[in-house]
Amino acid sequence: MNFIKTIVAAGLVAASTSAFAADITGAGATFPFPIYSKWADAYKKETGNGLNYQSIGSGGGIKQIQAKTVTFGASDAPLKAEQLEKDGLAQWPMVMGAIVPVVNIEGVKPGELVFDGETLASIYLGKITKWDDAAIKKLNPNVKLPSDAITVVRRSDGSGTTFNFTNYLSKASADWKSKVGEGTAVEWPVGVGAKGNEGVSGNISQTKNSIGYVEYAYAKQNKLTYTGLVNKAGKPVQPTVEAFQAAASNADWAKAPGYYVILTDQPGEKSWPITAATFILMHKDATDKAASQEAIKFFRWAFKNGGKAAEELDYIPMPDSVVQLIEKTWAAEIKS
Amino acid sequence: MAVQSDIVDDAGPYDRAKALSAFKLGDMTFYWITRLSAISVLLILGGIILSLIVGAFPAMKEYGLSFLWTQRWAPSADPPVLGALGPMYGTLVTSFIAMLIAIPVGLGIAIFLTELCPQWLRRPIGMAVELLAGIPSIIYGMWGFFVLGPFLANTFQPFMIKLFDGVPVLGAIFAGPPSYLSLFNAALILAIMVLPFITSISVDVFKTVPPVLKEAAYGVGCTTWEVVRSVVIPYTRVGIIGGVMLALGRALGETMAVTFIIGNSFRISSSIFAPGTTISAAIASEFAESDGLHQSGLILLGLLLFVLTFFVLAGARLMLLRLEKKAGK
Repeated sequence: MNFIKTIVAAGLVAASTSAFAADITGAGATFPFPIYSKWADAYKKETGNGLNYQSIGSGGGIKQIQAKTVTFGASDAPLKAEQLEKDGLAQWPMVMGAIVPVVNIEGVKPGELVFDGETLASIYLGKITKWDDAAIKKLNPNVKLPSDAITVVRRSDGSGTTFNFTNYLSKASADWKSKVGEGTAVEWPVGVGAKGNEGVSGNISQTKNSIGYVEYAYAKQNKLTYTGLVNKAGKPVQPTVEAFQAAASNADWAKAPGYYVILTDQPGEKSWPITAATFILMHKDATDKAASQEAIKFFRWAFKNGGKAAEELDYIPMPDSVVQLIEKTWAAEIKS
Repeated sequence: MAVQSDIVDDAGPYDRAKALSAFKLGDMTFYWITRLSAISVLLILGGIILSLIVGAFPAMKEYGLSFLWTQRWAPSADPPVLGALGPMYGTLVTSFIAMLIAIPVGLGIAIFLTELCPQWLRRPIGMAVELLAGIPSIIYGMWGFFVLGPFLANTFQPFMIKLFDGVPVLGAIFAGPPSYLSLFNAALILAIMVLPFITSISVDVFKTVPPVLKEAAYGVGCTTWEVVRSVVIPYTRVGIIGGVMLALGRALGETMAVTFIIGNSFRISSSIFAPGTTISAAIASEFAESDGLHQSGLILLGLLLFVLTFFVLAGARLMLLRLEKKAGK
């Protein structure tokens, strides 16, 4: 029942293709939109070939590529291997981001607090309601915590950020998995919903004694009080580019068909537990082979030259080992 | 003369018919253009209803009538469990509270402007009310989020919570904890947003009261209050209710401002200081990333809002009829 969106998006795409015949078209996730546009600008300056990316949301991106109205689709949540097989799609991770818990507590500085998955899940389940709860105190013996009630903030709109955050909580807490589960929009037991990363950031800055989760870039740019997390290896880690890359390189990409790896709760001493890749979807046997090849050229260029631009915008480039795997996938799967 | 009359006889009917047919063509064109415009409204309305029904059909089939009294909203469950009770409750409660605040205040402003206000003050107040109507709803939302929400949570809400603590029913309605984002905050913003509708329409209809009636009432020694109560309001009741209905329609459907400050929680709480959601806020939040049954459920919510608005307006009209019967008009 997506016909309205499809028509609108198809209209947009059609309008853009008629204007620039040589352009690559893509549609999907909003999270990588800033970096894709930045890459596209630089690529156009360098090669003269343009890229037109519509950020209509992951769900929309998947629909568009299935309907073959775009050269590539982009989604924060990867498709399962059987789904890819059914639609004749190839899939690979393009760039990564990370999700960080953020708090607003009088006197608590960024990186001072530490949570583990179980505690975070309990807060979001409404089982822990006060900041000086024993479970939080046990993890943070040296932090002065108020006895005030916790205001839980989460996303009200469907989003890839929520998908990755709830996926992590499902892995970390059996209780969460059975009661709430994972998804782009879930049945939240407690808390207030805010629209978009910017809505959550705004709410956290406004509200004393609140907790929320945002993309790392938002936390950094808005100078929010992010927290550390205890990872799968039992080590407390801080959200740094190094920790995000550790999570990506420790993931077993080679064995995952269609690169179906959710980067949450990865092994490794240094791994940040809520890291997320955003994926590209393309038809293996596209009707417009020329456009497909152009798109691959662009992605190759982005992997090779786009790392610095990504880091400037607080995204995390894919590790080299993964890029080499993706090159092989292109050679094997995308027909020219 | 005869020759001339011949010409007239020849030319007369011929010219007349020609002239008439030219008029006829113009008339017919005009008639059809206006008629098609009128019909197109019906077609558009029918098309919207039809596409809503088509879009909502999978959800109707899946949930049936239980959609109306299910409170769970779990789009990620397998299969998704969706129910409209939370958003419906939020929509009705916020609109009701908004009206509770806006009707007396709006009528008060209108009465002051038409009956009591000194001439020099009339323009500035009238302008201010008009400007209030011109503010885009996103601005209301931001103002509610950054200014009104914190103010209410820090001052008004704790006071009300303390005041009614332990009182049956009222204690539950004004239960804590205070919150920046709540049903009440959204209702208050709605009240401010619909105020200009009620005021400006009331002012317009108050001006239609014949001065003779008012002067007669003053002449037999009525106070201003008595004139307003027994002459002005009864005379203009239909117009006032029309204004209120317009305002209510606006309140039921308002999206942007409400999404900002209602807290977007599907759970129903007895307290008006708890976060909630409305139908339009729920659709605006989730539609972009929804698909399948989830999206169909959201479209069904839209259809419900359509029906709800229709019933509210129809109910208001019925009330109007009964009032008129009572007044013996």
